[in-house]
Amino acid sequence: MGILIRTLLLLALSACSNSPEPKDWLYQQLGGAPGLEQLADGLLREIEQDQQIVHHFKDTDIARFRKLLIEQFCELSGGPCTYTGATMQESHTGFQITEADFDNLVEHLIKVMTEQQVPVAAQNRLLAKLAPMYRDVVYR
Amino acid sequence: MHRFLKYSAALWLLTTLPVYAAGSKVIATGGATSIEGGAGGGIVPWAVINGYGSSGQWSVTGAVSQVGVDDFTLNSRSISLSYDNKYELSVGRQQLQLDSMGGELNQQIIGLKYKIAGELLYSAMPQISIGLQHKKQLDFAIPAAVGARDDQGTDLYLAASKVWLDAIWGRNVLLNATVRATKGLQTGLLGFGTSSDNGYQYVGEFSAVVLLNPQWAIGAEFKQKPDELAFAREDHWRDLFVAWFANKHLSVVAGHVDLGSIATFRNQTGYYLALESTWAF
Repeated sequence: MGILIRTLLLLALSACSNSPEPKDWLYQQLGGAPGLEQLADGLLREIEQDQQIVHHFKDTDIARFRKLLIEQFCELSGGPCTYTGATMQESHTGFQITEADFDNLVEHLIKVMTEQQVPVAAQNRLLAKLAPMYRDVVYR
Repeated sequence: MHRFLKYSAALWLLTTLPVYAAGSKVIATGGATSIEGGAGGGIVPWAVINGYGSSGQWSVTGAVSQVGVDDFTLNSRSISLSYDNKYELSVGRQQLQLDSMGGELNQQIIGLKYKIAGELLYSAMPQISIGLQHKKQLDFAIPAAVGARDDQGTDLYLAASKVWLDAIWGRNVLLNATVRATKGLQTGLLGFGTSSDNGYQYVGEFSAVVLLNPQWAIGAEFKQKPDELAFAREDHWRDLFVAWFANKHLSVVAGHVDLGSIATFRNQTGYYLALESTWAF
């Protein structure tokens, strides 16, 4: 078991050193600007059909939300953008977003990324960047 | 195999019922069901709560499994009820067939688990749960004859589970560590405590899982065991497994187990097969 783990770690390290990753690797994996627009549109479609969470968006300016979502994903993925919206904590306080709401959104995101054939490694990279937002979003 | 197939078929049929919602938790984050009932790997209870019920949601999970090694077959079946992704109640039944000696031993297990902190996917801190398993050996004649003191016992455990997203080769990795206090001899299948030692033994149990994609995972487990019986050595348990999460109602786990020496029968290795069906509402 110990040998197995050491071998895996060694392989992972050598894989990293052999292919230095560009800063915008994730942005490219997500399909660049058009990919992120599709991602945002797909996510909006899923939200619209989700009775559990759609009520949180009843007073939302959807066009602005879409623009900020794309900006945020773009900045997070190393793309050439700057997120101009409020902090996650500011924008979610008072909405009483539950763990189940958050889970649903994560599932929608995975579904949309899978439909758009985003590779699993890139999906996981984006999820890793979004997961820490949980504490700023849920039960605020 | 007959019994395993019978219960598997029943669970499979239930998964075709369209009336149940799937629950909000992300696929595979309910884990599998361990042979003792309740969420875990195959042989280790995890801090994970069974099923896909998230906050404010209930889930019901049924599971059957079979371990087949050289001289024994262990059939397990359980049903568990979870609420709020925090509370888990499980009721399980194990039947150990003594293939070489003849006869069988039956054990029932009632499990309770409570999540005390953390979020498996979302928090830097692991998800941490405490649990207990009250076990009762229903066929105590053989365990008593080989030196067991009691036909029942209660295990207590503390488990920590965490998924690291994008951990290795871009894959998500789940690690679990569990500390258990137990008097169980071969997990209670051979009774609890001995005439010379009725104290709790503390053991560590570990699982490591790589999620290849949202539906497929491979993993390994190690379960430390006490060695209290005079008549035969008891070894630690190990397994390697592949898990397939068909959807948020059905999962299948197949693996290889190494149970070491059991009741003087050495080198007990073989297969592990489990099927789980779960519904949330």
